[in-house]
Amino acid sequence: MSAAILKHGEIVADRWQPIAADASAAHIADAIAAGGPLLLPLPLWLAHRAALKPQRAGVLLVAEDGLDAVLPWLDDIPLIAIHFLVFTDGRGYSLARLLRSRHGYRGELRAVGDVLRDQLYFLHRCGFDAFALRADQVVEEARAAFADYSWAPLGGRGEGHGMSHNERVE
Amino acid sequence: MYRYNETDQRLVDDRVVQFRDQMARFLDGRLAEDEFRPLRLQNGLYIQRHAPMLRVAVPYGTLAAYQLRKLADIARRYDRGYGHFTTRSNIQFNWVRLEETPDILAELAAVQMHAIQTSGNCIRNITTDQFAGVAADELFDPRPYCEIVRQWSTLAPEFLFLPRKFKIAIAGGEEDRAAVRFHDIGARARVAEDGRIGFQVFVGGGLGRTPMVGQCLRDFLPREELLNYFEAILRVYNRYGRRDNKYKARIKILVKDLTLDGFAREVEEEWAWSRGGPGVIAEQTFDDMSAFFTRSDLPPVDAADPVYVAALASNRAFARWVERNVADHRDPGRAIVTLSLKKAGSPPGDATAEQMDGVAELAERFGAGEIRVSHEQNLVLPHVARRDLPALWEGARALGLATPNIGLLTDVVCCPGGDFCSLANARSIPVAAAVQQRFEDLDYQFDIGPLELNMSGCVNACGHHHIGHIGILGVDKNNEEYYQVTIGGREGTRAAIGKVIGPAFAAQQIPYVIQRLLEVYLALRHEGELFIDAVERLGLEPFKTRVYGGGA
Repeated sequence: MSAAILKHGEIVADRWQPIAADASAAHIADAIAAGGPLLLPLPLWLAHRAALKPQRAGVLLVAEDGLDAVLPWLDDIPLIAIHFLVFTDGRGYSLARLLRSRHGYRGELRAVGDVLRDQLYFLHRCGFDAFALRADQVVEEARAAFADYSWAPLGGRGEGHGMSHNERVE
Repeated sequence: MYRYNETDQRLVDDRVVQFRDQMARFLDGRLAEDEFRPLRLQNGLYIQRHAPMLRVAVPYGTLAAYQLRKLADIARRYDRGYGHFTTRSNIQFNWVRLEETPDILAELAAVQMHAIQTSGNCIRNITTDQFAGVAADELFDPRPYCEIVRQWSTLAPEFLFLPRKFKIAIAGGEEDRAAVRFHDIGARARVAEDGRIGFQVFVGGGLGRTPMVGQCLRDFLPREELLNYFEAILRVYNRYGRRDNKYKARIKILVKDLTLDGFAREVEEEWAWSRGGPGVIAEQTFDDMSAFFTRSDLPPVDAADPVYVAALASNRAFARWVERNVADHRDPGRAIVTLSLKKAGSPPGDATAEQMDGVAELAERFGAGEIRVSHEQNLVLPHVARRDLPALWEGARALGLATPNIGLLTDVVCCPGGDFCSLANARSIPVAAAVQQRFEDLDYQFDIGPLELNMSGCVNACGHHHIGHIGILGVDKNNEEYYQVTIGGREGTRAAIGKVIGPAFAAQQIPYVIQRLLEVYLALRHEGELFIDAVERLGLEPFKTRVYGGGA
């Protein structure tokens, strides 16, 4: 994972330590003891939840995970990362919309994996506020993507479809 | 007609800037082909057999004269002087240059047009009945709803990377002229017993490799919930539609896998949350949107205008054209005129720049400046005063657009096929030409009566061959072009998918095969019975026997 991420439109250092899905029990135990903050794949997050400090444990979802497992804990989860295996897999967009608008998640929502400059505007519109871009992307250039449109889509962030047109302009 | 407001204009202008930048990055190697591909497709740009192809959206098939002039201008300056109108009421330019496409998009944006989402795995152009707003049998005008759905679906951020393409059609009439049951979502106008306005919603219809007739998902959806409900359908599809196999990725496969009831439960569950919420469309929005489409500027005209009545009585060619190409307008003094893009010798759906300019002028002189593109690939002038019909007919004849064949055998619906399209297995245009040439005799065509012939160059079914009364599908057999023939397909309220009559034929056999199918019909038809109704009554056997021998 690249050290710098885009968060709220700014380039910032990533302070979250990722734990690999196949990390050894000893490694995980050490990382937990060190205090994090840690980003764990859903199965590990579930397995170690009792030992984790809620405010220092983020959860990494893949599209197949769905949301059921995290819904009871949304108030306590500081970071949810959604992994895009390929940028053309649109499931993460719907998961983000559901988390933000239907379930009222207010923590950091981060897109990770095959995350490219040309999708940032739309990911942002679905509720992602942080982006760990694919390693080859030029983060400084990608920042410009948030200004790709001066127009705001209908229903973009759960505010409804206010069809009277002037409301569509932010 | 709808006119862009500042917000709509900003969207298409921003889109041009964005695409210009993406194209520049692609051309100088900063954007890889695989990453550019979905972006260009979402802008209607294909890389085709000979050259790139640009597909421009004609939202719900409605064009203003000044927009059609711009399309003519683009055809002349950026293409080879013509364009091809498609079965989803778009227009394709087949000879554009890659690096010029951002300029073309800028030209389009200047007349409130674009190519957004005319391809790619996203929500495509919304289609409707080409007679919307003027048809005598209409419950209400579907175009305000089409425009609402257009605005919602344009760059809908959640739905730009669906499992597969997604097509929506909305029809306003008793008679379905928009093939709503062959769309991923089809909505049909409904007025409830208590007077509430809404739609019957079908899901999972489509042609292509696995043709299916859409099933009724909801008998009555109140109009204010249109977007909430569509969003629920799209979200269920986006989350659960198959992404492992592109041939099984359309929503029809998901509906089949979950069963209609299972799919409906998922949608209801999703909708239960959004229903009545901020996505409800305000009454004021319906009023504002309807005002765009109401033509209160048309003065009353005489239904029995003497010039028109005299021409009908004295001029057989004119009367024939009126019989086939003129439909009833809800105002008896006016008529809906279909200009045929199916003249023998020119590819079905093609129009030259001169023809487009000519139609724009006819629309301004006789048709209140409005043009429709039909999904049968013809152009329609929806507001012609009957007294102007003789003059319009002369004008259309001069442009080669007055062939009196609408709904007849030579009104062939046809994709560009192997002459242009890199997906095609076989050419379709030369076969359509051979059929048109063989059956050019008008007396014969009029005797046969209404008959829809649809032809596709491959299973992607852009020519909608499954719903042709006679359908022809190009197939590849050991690197040779063959053509499979189906009969019995139909669109409308009695929608059905055609059945294959037997082994495929070589191209030159097709006119003879059609000849034999027609001979069976002529021999066995009842008084006034249409070809398609005779096929339904008789079944395949007599047709098969006549075509493949035993009586041949």
